[in-house]
Amino acid sequence: MGLLSDPNRRRALISLLTRLNAPICVVCYMAGVAWFMGLAFEPFTLRTYMSENAMGSTMVEERFPAGERALGTGREFSAHKKKAGGMPVDWLVKTMQSRGLEVFTQRFSRRLPFPDEDKERYMVKGTNVYGILRAPRAPRTEALVLSAPCSPGDDNNQAVGVLLGLAQYFRNQVFWAKDIIFLVNEHDLIGMQAWLEGYHHTNTTGMDWSPLQGRGGSIQAALSLELSSDVVTSLDLVLEGLNGQLPNLDLANLFYAFCQKIGVLCTTQGKLQRNDWDSVSGYSHAVQTMMLMVMKQASGRPWGDHGLFLRYHIEAATIKGINSFRQYKTDATTIGRLLEGMYRKLNNLLERLHQSYFFYLMPSLSHFVSIGYYMPAFGLLALILLLRALDLWIQLATPPTFNLNPPPSQMSSPGVLSVLTPLVISHLTGVALYTLPIHFQEIAVEHFPVSETEAVVLTAIAVYTAGLALPHNTHRGLFVPPFNGWKVLKLVAVLYLAVLLGCTALINFSLGFILALTLVPVAAFVTPDVPKALSAFIMVILSPACTLLFSVFLFQELQEMPVSFLDGWMLYLSVISQGILDHALYGSLVYPLVALLVYPCWLLFWNILFWK
Amino acid sequence: MRWEETVVEEATADKEDTSAPETVVQSSVPQPKDDFQEELVIRPLHSGDIYASFQFRTLWETDFMRGNKVSHYRLFPKSLGQVISKFSVRELHISFTQGYWRTMQWGQPFLPSPPGAELWVWFQDSVTDVDGTWKELTNVLSGIFCASLNFIDSTNTVQPSASFKPLGIGNVTDHRFLRYATLPREIVCTENLTPWKKLLPCGSKAGLAVLLKSEKLFHSSFHSQAVHIRPVCQDWQCKTTSWELRQTLNVVFDLHTPGQGKLEWSLFKMFSRTLTEACPLASSSKIYIDITDDPQGEQFEVSPATHLLSQAMVLGDRRTFSVYDLTQQITFGTVRSLNLLIRWKSSEDMLRPLLHAERYVAGYGLQTGEIHTLMYNNHPYRSFPVLLLDSVPWYLRLYIHTLTVTSKGKDNKPSYIHYQPSKDRVRPHLLEMLVQLPPNSVTEVTVQFERALLKWTEYTPDPNHGFYVGSSVISSLVPSIVAMDTNSTREQPLFSSFFPCKEESSYFMRVYTEPLLVNLPTPDFSMPYNVICLTCTVVAVGYGSLYNLLTRSFQIEEPSPGLAKRIANIIRKMRGVPPL
Repeated sequence: MGLLSDPNRRRALISLLTRLNAPICVVCYMAGVAWFMGLAFEPFTLRTYMSENAMGSTMVEERFPAGERALGTGREFSAHKKKAGGMPVDWLVKTMQSRGLEVFTQRFSRRLPFPDEDKERYMVKGTNVYGILRAPRAPRTEALVLSAPCSPGDDNNQAVGVLLGLAQYFRNQVFWAKDIIFLVNEHDLIGMQAWLEGYHHTNTTGMDWSPLQGRGGSIQAALSLELSSDVVTSLDLVLEGLNGQLPNLDLANLFYAFCQKIGVLCTTQGKLQRNDWDSVSGYSHAVQTMMLMVMKQASGRPWGDHGLFLRYHIEAATIKGINSFRQYKTDATTIGRLLEGMYRKLNNLLERLHQSYFFYLMPSLSHFVSIGYYMPAFGLLALILLLRALDLWIQLATPPTFNLNPPPSQMSSPGVLSVLTPLVISHLTGVALYTLPIHFQEIAVEHFPVSETEAVVLTAIAVYTAGLALPHNTHRGLFVPPFNGWKVLKLVAVLYLAVLLGCTALINFSLGFILALTLVPVAAFVTPDVPKALSAFIMVILSPACTLLFSVFLFQELQEMPVSFLDGWMLYLSVISQGILDHALYGSLVYPLVALLVYPCWLLFWNILFWK
Repeated sequence: MRWEETVVEEATADKEDTSAPETVVQSSVPQPKDDFQEELVIRPLHSGDIYASFQFRTLWETDFMRGNKVSHYRLFPKSLGQVISKFSVRELHISFTQGYWRTMQWGQPFLPSPPGAELWVWFQDSVTDVDGTWKELTNVLSGIFCASLNFIDSTNTVQPSASFKPLGIGNVTDHRFLRYATLPREIVCTENLTPWKKLLPCGSKAGLAVLLKSEKLFHSSFHSQAVHIRPVCQDWQCKTTSWELRQTLNVVFDLHTPGQGKLEWSLFKMFSRTLTEACPLASSSKIYIDITDDPQGEQFEVSPATHLLSQAMVLGDRRTFSVYDLTQQITFGTVRSLNLLIRWKSSEDMLRPLLHAERYVAGYGLQTGEIHTLMYNNHPYRSFPVLLLDSVPWYLRLYIHTLTVTSKGKDNKPSYIHYQPSKDRVRPHLLEMLVQLPPNSVTEVTVQFERALLKWTEYTPDPNHGFYVGSSVISSLVPSIVAMDTNSTREQPLFSSFFPCKEESSYFMRVYTEPLLVNLPTPDFSMPYNVICLTCTVVAVGYGSLYNLLTRSFQIEEPSPGLAKRIANIIRKMRGVPPL
């Protein structure tokens, strides 16, 4: 600090920063990206370890014997599902009751804001069935949840079978200290949302549900099971939840520990971990796994039924059975034993899972990157914004000596006004982007030959594109913008972006980082003096909408399911509609964040580019 | 408490063989100065579980409060007698419960109790420092029962104004002399059972108490043990009073077997013991088996069979019991050991008890929340009032203006509300309400709260487990279902059944809701050192220098003038000329 309080040295430092601003920014950007890519390199990551003592050293012996019978129950469930054309409520109630559970049902209904074309639903009505296994001598204060979605078609019957088999087996055990809730939810996430809202008696999304009759106290942990074949080759762990929330890392550790113990292949992001970290292919494998996690987390949507639990501070994960062409198969008994082991350890918990990390990235199931390691990557990008802001501040504070005509007092008031106008207008555009698509769908459907879903998506794109025409209008009718007006605007915009990205990255690192990756260069280089056409093109390429488009392609590429451009475009449209739906149905915040804050912020830079 | 002792000894002529009718214990025989009775009631429950309720009653005609010290103890335990006289206790009720009574499956218990420990005491009106006496008493009881009752302090003690009235004789109902506290976290195990058993005259050596083996009692779905001390009338004129010590133990065994087969239990299977004798000190020692749900003997098979039947009004319901008198040698048969055996069928449907309640915390996040209490009145046409008692720790700051009571979607105005706001770290919230429950309805009481941030030494060692809020207590006079009973399967004289008589038309019931586990905002205790270091650094270095930079203006200092110049300046100053 002595450095800054000495005016001479301060001046020297400032001149250094202003002179070398551009090179420092470039270096920071490169360093940020390199740091991020380095996170997947195994020597730089930490091995996962169990932090929670209550789950660590205790030995449990898994004895679940009835895998075959569970599959039989699953087939029975499938037959009744077909007969009922949906959730076989009566059969499930009877089956759960005969297994000695307290059984309750919950009805719910939800009208989607516009039809969901991916899942072909609009008016959703359903019933959740859940049975509570009461722990002996426990006062109903704590519970664990095991859920399996009742999916349309032939999916997930085995999951329900295993769930019922486990319920039967668990009922005869004496060691339970927490109630265990076995939940079969209809209409996947919508049913889960209804059940969770009913359980906690909240209503965040305007869904209709009937109140729950039976409860088990505060839920400590939850697992959701997805299983669509009698045998599986591997189990995949899905962690990413609503708004990029992740469960405590100990839950992943628990799963990994039991997979190791029982000898089940386990994956995350559908990728097995490899041992050849020092080879290029091994490293790129780890990068792919981590990138998939980053993209899933950035999307802010729940990637399994567990995703909605996280809002209620319930640690939850989805376990997905995957049946590929591998030789080595795992049967239902083994999966049952794995779950039994996990539940027995969770049953041993004395406190909520809190010992391990809540913020992490996983380049493989056995390694993780904690928040302390990945934040510098974002910090380096955010530093660029601060450096640019400093540069602008200094430029504004020391006006060029040759231009002394306007006295400072006169200059300030139009300056503020000239900043305020674009700010307000771009935010109004953001509000339009947020509200218009859903409200205008009926009008759009009347006047254009499109379906409601297309209408919503196309309206969103239209509003977004229309926003690009704004800079030509913002200055009309205003006074002559002052000479350095754009600098004030840019200073505000850069600081705004820094705060915005900083807050986003704290909550959802992946989203913050991806946005920073594209928006920071824009924010750094844009001035009215750069070549218009080229810069405009680059800016559009780096705008949030195009970022999303590239992300869609990259995501498909990483999943080893590359798509053609047309398919990719269709996927892009459906991703937009899903994003809007996620916001309306589950309260995902990515759509409002982009529409109300990120897009207006980008518009400010667009404005600067076309400053006259 | 409310197990009415009106054992209507009827000749029960429906069975052909009328063996010697049971001798009536109370009336004709002149009572000794102290008296001990033991009793076990076994009820096969609707859900297929089995409920065993032990009661041991010691009566002693003495006066602890008189000047001369009582020093000769026979049946009454000395430790409790000394407690009564030292602390001037008028009534004492203490219960230890592990598990939650599942009303929907099991119906009503004979003696309700909340999970954890519950203690309520009425002191004599001669006590001047009630709080001090209470504090001492809890510490003494803590030692006697080997429990953490010493954690009872002013932050979890309340003085209910209406919910807990004295159960014994006496007309002092000034609630200044009442203290009520619960410890929902208390875990009950063998170390609490052993001192409890030691209070019995026969210990666990003889009589029904031989069945109380902890390895079986704690291998159950529900376990509750209690001690109730109260003064009762000695005779019908109530000229003299005597002290009653009632020790009760309730246990529910889980007999779940998959499939629909008949369930079977026996004394040996439940307790891993059989009975060979009554406690020699007991004036009465009986086993009752509730066979009400099986009038025709289709579902139940009891062996050895008994022809001794007894009817009693229990919780508004007329129940029939098979009675086994352990004081009669014939009960034990030729093998000199009694091992009762029952086979019966269970059903999986849930019951619809007339009154039951549940409670939960709504909302998410660590800032606010809402406590919902649901009270169900399943009576088809009668509404009845209930008294709801809520004692909430201070760290949940109740917003009492958000209190709502709704039944059937309409606002239900309580006719009586007693609210005592909490004081931080001193006393809990106390909320008592008299609410009328409309027939066939659910009444929902909601109140919002804010979670307080505790001081860092106030957190428990396991703060992430959450903090407990004790059960709400719902006390009520519930209309009897006997009055509802219109079918005439039971043979009754017509003249006796027209007007529902007073005793049977309603009965007292107490329902406890489940305790709540609430998470409070919890700092990360694993890194206080890091936090201290970081805070100090930020304050000392970061903030200090930044503040410096922002508030001061820096200038280049002139090099200090030479000596000649300074002297010249002094001279100029004296001349009144500006310095150089």
